[in-house]
Amino acid sequence: MNADARTPEIEIARLTKRYGDGKPVVQSVDLQVRKSEFVSILGASGCGKSTILKLISGLAVPTSGTIRVEGMTPQDAREIISFIFQDATLLPWRTVTDNVGLGLELEGEPSSQREEKVKSLLDLVGLRNVARAYPRELSGGMKMRVSIARALATNPRLLLLDEPFAALDEMTRDRLNEEILRMRAEQSWTAVFVTHSVAEAVFLADRIVVLAANPGRIHAEFPVELPAPRTSAIRTSPEFDAIVARVSHALRETLHQ
Amino acid sequence: MKQRAMTVVNALAVFAALVLAWQIVLWIFHVPAFMLPSPKAVAQAVYRRLPTLLNAFVITGEEATGGLAASIVVGVVIALAFAQSRWVRKMFYPYTILLQTVPIIAIAPLILNWVGAGMPAVTLIAFIISLAPVIANTTKGLISVDENLVHLFLMHNASRAQLLFKLRLPHAVPDLFVGVRIASGIAVIGAITGELYAGSSRVGEGGIGYSILYAYSQLQTDYLFALVLAATVLGFSFFFAVMFLEWYFLHRWHESARVMEVQ
Repeated sequence: MNADARTPEIEIARLTKRYGDGKPVVQSVDLQVRKSEFVSILGASGCGKSTILKLISGLAVPTSGTIRVEGMTPQDAREIISFIFQDATLLPWRTVTDNVGLGLELEGEPSSQREEKVKSLLDLVGLRNVARAYPRELSGGMKMRVSIARALATNPRLLLLDEPFAALDEMTRDRLNEEILRMRAEQSWTAVFVTHSVAEAVFLADRIVVLAANPGRIHAEFPVELPAPRTSAIRTSPEFDAIVARVSHALRETLHQ
Repeated sequence: MKQRAMTVVNALAVFAALVLAWQIVLWIFHVPAFMLPSPKAVAQAVYRRLPTLLNAFVITGEEATGGLAASIVVGVVIALAFAQSRWVRKMFYPYTILLQTVPIIAIAPLILNWVGAGMPAVTLIAFIISLAPVIANTTKGLISVDENLVHLFLMHNASRAQLLFKLRLPHAVPDLFVGVRIASGIAVIGAITGELYAGSSRVGEGGIGYSILYAYSQLQTDYLFALVLAATVLGFSFFFAVMFLEWYFLHRWHESARVMEVQ
C-alpha cells in the first residue's frame, strides 16, 4: 500500500454515475478527503449523496471518472472500509455478540481472538449487559450501537455512514453523535457522513459538502471550525448557530435552482 | 397457562357436544349400524382392535414422515439451486408448479407400476405431493434478503458460500417452516391416498388408507370410523410436531414462532 501522509484518503475526480439512459444521478464530482478528516455530505433527497457512498465503497461502479481510496480502487480498499447503513441491518438470528463479530468472522479471524475484540467493542458502545440478547429485544438506538460496533470491529481506516441516525428520535440521535465523536477521537478514522440534518452535519464534521440535485453535483463547501473537544454545549453556542445558518442558506439555494 | 387450559376445556366441550349430537341422530332416525355406528361401538372397535389400528397408524406415520423428510431435504437442495441464479429459476420454476397441479391420483397407478405396491411406493407419493410447498417457500426466503445485508457481506469480501450459509439460508428458515407446515398436512393426505392404490404388499395388513378400503369392503363401519379417527390423530400429531420444531428453532429471534396460542 503506497499511502504516505500526503496521499489523500479519498480522491474523487470527475465522477459521473448514470443508471441506464437516464439523467446522471451524480455528475462530474471532484472531492478529496484528507486522512482523519470528517466530511458531512448534505443535500435534498435525490441529490445522489447515497450514490456517492455506494461508489466509494465499490458497491456501485462509476459511469465515468475515478475514485481512489488510499490510492487503491474501491474494491481493493474494502478491507479498510466499513459501511454503516441507514437501518441497523443486523442479522436477527444472531445475538448482539455474534452480530458485532460478523465482519471479523467473514474475514476469517479465529473465534478466540474475536471474542476479546467484541467484548471491548461492546464496552465502547455501552452494550455489555445485552451481549447475549437478540436484535428484536433492543431499541432502535441500541440496534444502531450494535451496528456501529460491528463496523468498528474490523479496524477500518475509513468509515462510510449513510444517514445512520435518520430513523432515531432526536435525543438518541444527539447522544450517538457525541459518542461518534468520542470514538473518533480515540481511533482517528476518516469518515464520510451522509445526512439531511444540518445541525447533525455541523456538529460532527470538519468540512461540509452541500450537494444540489438533478443532476447531483457539488454546490458549496464549508469548513467547520469549532473548538476541539466538541460537547453537547457547543450546540447552543453562537458560532454553531452561525455555521448552521450559512449551511442552511446554501441548502435552500439548491432547492430554488 | 390458564388460557391454554381454557383452550383445552373448550375443545373438549365441543367434542362432547359433537358426540352427543351424533348419539341423538342415532336415537331419532334409527340408522342401521353398518351406515352409522354408535359412538360406543366405535370406542369398542378402537379398544378391541387396538394392535391392528396402531399398526396401521405406525405404517402410515412412517410413510408420511419419510415422504416429508425427503421433501424437506430435496426441496431445500432444489431451492438452494434456484437461489443461485434468476436463469435457473426461470427455466425450472414452472415445473414445480406442475408438481402441485398434476393430481397425484392420476400418477399413483404409474408409480405403482414402477415401484410396486407397498411402503416405498406410498412414501414416494407422499414425497412428490409435499415437495412443491417446500421448494416455493424456501426459494422465496433465500432470495428475499434485504439488499443492504447483501451489501454488508460484500463489504467484508464474503465468499459465495458465506453469503449462502451465513445469510441466505438462516434468513430462509422461517419461510422453510411455512413450507413444511403446509407440506406436513399434505404428506399425511398423500400417504393415505397413496395407500388406497398401493397400500400393501400383503393382504389384510397395511396403513390407514389401505385398512379403510379393507374395512369398507368388509362392511366393518365401526372400525372404519376408528380408522378415520386414527387418520385425524395422525394429522394432528404432524401439525403439532412441526409447530413445536418451529417454536424450538425460531422463538428466540423470530416473531412468527411466538404466537403459539390459538387466536
